[in-house]
Amino acid sequence: MRYRLIRRDHASTRAAVIAPLAALVLAMATSAVLFAIIGVAPGAATYALLVEPLADWGSLSEVLLKMGPLLLIAQGLAIGFRARIFNIGAEGQLILGAIFASAIPVYFPTAAGWWIWPAMMVMGALGGALWAAIPAFWRARLNANEILVTLMLSLVATQVLNYLLLGPWKDPAGFNFPQSVMFQWDAMLPVLFPGTRVNISFLFALVATLAAFVYMQRSFQGYQLLVGGLAPRAAGYAGFEESRAIWLSLLIGGAAAGLAGAAEVAGPIGQLQRSVSTGYGYAAIIVAYLGGLHPVGILFSSFLMALLYIGGDSAMVTAGLPVAAVRTVQGLLLVFYLGGLTFIRYCLVAVEPAGKPV
Amino acid sequence: MVPLLSLAGVSKRYGTVAANTAIDLNVMPNSIHAILGENGAGKSTLMKLIYGVEVPDEGTMEWQGRSVRPGSPAEARSLGVGMVFQHFSLFETLTVAENISLIVPGKKAALAARIRDLGREFGLEVDPGAMVHSLSVGERQRVEILRCLMLEPKLLILDEPTSVLAPQSVERLFETLRRLRDRGVSILFISHKLEEIRALCDRATILRASRVTGEVDPRAHSAADLAALMIGRAMPAPLPAEARTPGERLLEVSGLDWTNDDPFGVSLSGITMEVRAGEIVGIAGISGNGQQELAALISGERRLPDLSRDVIRMGGRPFGHLGAAARRKTGFAFVPEERLGRGAVPEMSLADNTLLTAHSRGLIRRGLIDRRAEAARTERTIRDFDVRTSGPQAEAGALSGGNLQKFIMGREILLDPDLLFVAQPTWGVDIGAATAIRHRLVAMRNAGKAILVISEELEELFEICDRLHVLHHGHLSPSLPLPQTTAGEVGEWMIGAKEAVDAL
Amino acid sequence: MSAAEFILSGMLAAATPFLLAALGELVVERSGVLNLGLEGIMAFAAAIAFIVVYQGGGHMLAFGVAAIAGAALAMVFGVLVLTFRANQVAAGLAIGILGLGLSSLVGKPYESLTITGLPKLALPGLSSLPVVGGLFVQDAAVWLSLIATAAIWYMFRATKLGLTIRAVGENPHAAHAIGTPVIALRAAAIAFGGAMSGVAGAYASTVYTPLWADGMIAGRGWIALALVVFGTWMTGRVFFGACLFGALSLAELTAQAAGVGLPSQLLASLPYLVTILILGIISSDRRRMRLNAVASLGEPFET
Repeated sequence: MRYRLIRRDHASTRAAVIAPLAALVLAMATSAVLFAIIGVAPGAATYALLVEPLADWGSLSEVLLKMGPLLLIAQGLAIGFRARIFNIGAEGQLILGAIFASAIPVYFPTAAGWWIWPAMMVMGALGGALWAAIPAFWRARLNANEILVTLMLSLVATQVLNYLLLGPWKDPAGFNFPQSVMFQWDAMLPVLFPGTRVNISFLFALVATLAAFVYMQRSFQGYQLLVGGLAPRAAGYAGFEESRAIWLSLLIGGAAAGLAGAAEVAGPIGQLQRSVSTGYGYAAIIVAYLGGLHPVGILFSSFLMALLYIGGDSAMVTAGLPVAAVRTVQGLLLVFYLGGLTFIRYCLVAVEPAGKPV
Repeated sequence: MVPLLSLAGVSKRYGTVAANTAIDLNVMPNSIHAILGENGAGKSTLMKLIYGVEVPDEGTMEWQGRSVRPGSPAEARSLGVGMVFQHFSLFETLTVAENISLIVPGKKAALAARIRDLGREFGLEVDPGAMVHSLSVGERQRVEILRCLMLEPKLLILDEPTSVLAPQSVERLFETLRRLRDRGVSILFISHKLEEIRALCDRATILRASRVTGEVDPRAHSAADLAALMIGRAMPAPLPAEARTPGERLLEVSGLDWTNDDPFGVSLSGITMEVRAGEIVGIAGISGNGQQELAALISGERRLPDLSRDVIRMGGRPFGHLGAAARRKTGFAFVPEERLGRGAVPEMSLADNTLLTAHSRGLIRRGLIDRRAEAARTERTIRDFDVRTSGPQAEAGALSGGNLQKFIMGREILLDPDLLFVAQPTWGVDIGAATAIRHRLVAMRNAGKAILVISEELEELFEICDRLHVLHHGHLSPSLPLPQTTAGEVGEWMIGAKEAVDAL
Repeated sequence: MSAAEFILSGMLAAATPFLLAALGELVVERSGVLNLGLEGIMAFAAAIAFIVVYQGGGHMLAFGVAAIAGAALAMVFGVLVLTFRANQVAAGLAIGILGLGLSSLVGKPYESLTITGLPKLALPGLSSLPVVGGLFVQDAAVWLSLIATAAIWYMFRATKLGLTIRAVGENPHAAHAIGTPVIALRAAAIAFGGAMSGVAGAYASTVYTPLWADGMIAGRGWIALALVVFGTWMTGRVFFGACLFGALSLAELTAQAAGVGLPSQLLASLPYLVTILILGIISSDRRRMRLNAVASLGEPFET
């Protein structure tokens, strides 16, 4: 007996829900084997990764703190991915957002007023969107592959950040560390839950989720992006402009990532540093796919991914798991999820063995 | 006599759809055997089973009395079966000789010589060094046939070979096939064209809805008999066109010159035509002569630069520079030739596919989609145009070709256009749906609408059009009035013979 | 040694990681599959190869093991896109992320350790020429990569295998119809591409910079991907592109050493900026892209 994948008439909702859960189980099982190979107790590591962060409010709040930027960026990216515009340079857009936002406290370190952090958020979104405008122009006008251009620009953004931190923006009183001045009080985002580091940027992410939901499920503009992603020739037939979809997708994704970058420097970090992003831009790609590119799914996947980050920190302490292990788990999650995704459109059917002459 | 090929009780299912059910078929040596059936009857699947592209679920197959079960085309070829596909299995970026060398062993120079020799012998001349993308459709067919002949087959399968030929070229192909038969090659000839089968074949097996409904000598039966076996009832009569005097000019194309930036595409030059209210104008021609390019320019999927906006006018206003959505807002509707992926998004519901072109008809409020209005409009389309489906939430990709075409036609007709443009209205559609679609078009014409139809089926154009043009190499013939023009005259335009004479 | 001599003698070695990975990807893309995971595959294989050499296995074994590791990771991608018909962009990114993670994981205990590279072999006669002589003093792996370039060029140019790969990439449905095993051929191409990326990674970590540092592949996989586009899917042009990037990375070193009045970050960004620029120029010639591009690239195939 052989098995074959047969296309379903309708997408299976059941498979859509089961796929990410099955991916989580399989990824954790594979990871456990890997952990055992490198000499880490799999049980303790898995517990530390997935359960420990939920044990108390303190670490749960750290999970929410990580979840904010992931959620925000992934919502922006998912819109583009559904339109088949592959922006994989959110990392660079985040960095540019952080740089743009930091310009205010760096150049006006003593300014005070309620408007400072909101202005920084606007600057951040603008910076991210501008950085994303380059690949948009390259793709819409020059026909250049946006995957490569966005990725290359992320590598360039890192160098821009280095240049600023080692040169003009270096804190003169910072013992030659590559970092800017500490931001003044008014440049910092208000904390959402007293006693934690969770700030109101978490609300931005939730609002972005709601907006993404309405945009993709109900708005005509979102519908046009969907058509362009599912059937580009149907979009051409309907008269939906491809260049518009390119610009919209990249600008939305860039602005979301830039905003997330601004919220990082104005939130938990409080200054511009080299480590402004710990790979949020890349992790958000996984978050977007793992959430099925659906605004509600992304809400769950961003929580899971944030959990893994914080769990990774605690697993390093309690189980001796290397930090890199978390990236491996993330990669495995996406691999298994993409395999499971198939069953939304296909089902496995047993068939008679194919024939040689009898 | 032992049959060359004999099938007994062969069945094949795709998912839940039965493509072939308990098929019996006997092909004798030295015969031209027709497989007759309408679109969707299961002819192509049957050929794929014989050629080893697909494997049957049930049944047995015998080759010269020996039981066989070809699991791949290579195995079928080694038995002596060759196949000429309807949508050619050629590679555009390779040369003729390279295409042939993919399945025929031998050095390049030797292959080229054999290609020339066989070409001369069977009237299939073609340059072995030419890139396939530079060849016409007819030449490509010759390459396909040559590729099969070079493996010296005993059975040659041709899937709808005449659908890409002008009437004159059909006779030439038949000559080639008869010559092959006389040299001992049996032919399996798949078609839905009754007269061709009566002219060429000595046996015919008729398929309907996946089953064999008869095996006859086609020369001994009338076309009406064959039709009855093929569709299970008499051929439906066309709707008569009412006499009308054409009204105002709704579409004018004047001196359209357009250079294609696709190196594999066709450029257009000097296209001039008009369509008036109350007439159906057809555009005939062999595919690949600029139909797709012309369709995209008229629909607005491709735009002209602002300077040449006057070259295409609709309702008297310049339109050439406008996009598809803008043209649709002013009383224009278009049904493209590809249903899945262009006329409809397969993964979307019918309701969301309604939105594709009907979004300007009150389905959007403040930027948001009005789901209720969308569903209501979709239900109306389904009801008025007899679309067989579970409802507005069914995915477009789950509909049969005929039903989806009825849905798309219905969606466009409900836009209430003054000018309707339809490309290949009945491609791959069963006869019932095809008749319904042609009736709709004639009814719209009778109601005073202007209709432009591009079709490769000359019979269809002769049935519904008031006059037609022929497209060849990106040039358009003058208007040919119907029924005064004969199929032979149209054929001359199709192969460019007429043009050449006029140019002298 | 003048700057020109320095660049000429080192260009091929600097180009080798780009070249090997891009050649592998060229074959994969010609068969109609886009594998974006090169960076991760290179990084993973680089770590494995380093470990083999460090543990005394020698370079031959290290290259072999790296090829197998690269092919194995690429086959995870292959199963996703061929068996499960997953989106090739997403699957490639997944493999890239997984490869980078595995690379840091297995490489962790070896951070900052060093090994010895490969000795240089000189072509007698040519290597003693003035100025260009350095071009003919290279290690064995560079010579092999040149042979690989010629072999792949010949394969596409004159063999039935090359013709079949091109046919599958242009029109997998037609290829299936005439009996070409589309899925098997693509699987083989993906495995070959993975092996080439693996060797490229091994060269980077055990010969070019015989030192382990996390993240040492540093975007080379992405540049290799861009090189395939630059080369408009032609072997010879991919080779010249790789040489250009090899020279560029050496020019950057030369400029930094000479203390050119430019910020070092700008010099470090140069390869990426040049990539973006060339990508824009080449892609904007739509006619040429259409003539050379692989028609079915990135599309899943199902019968």
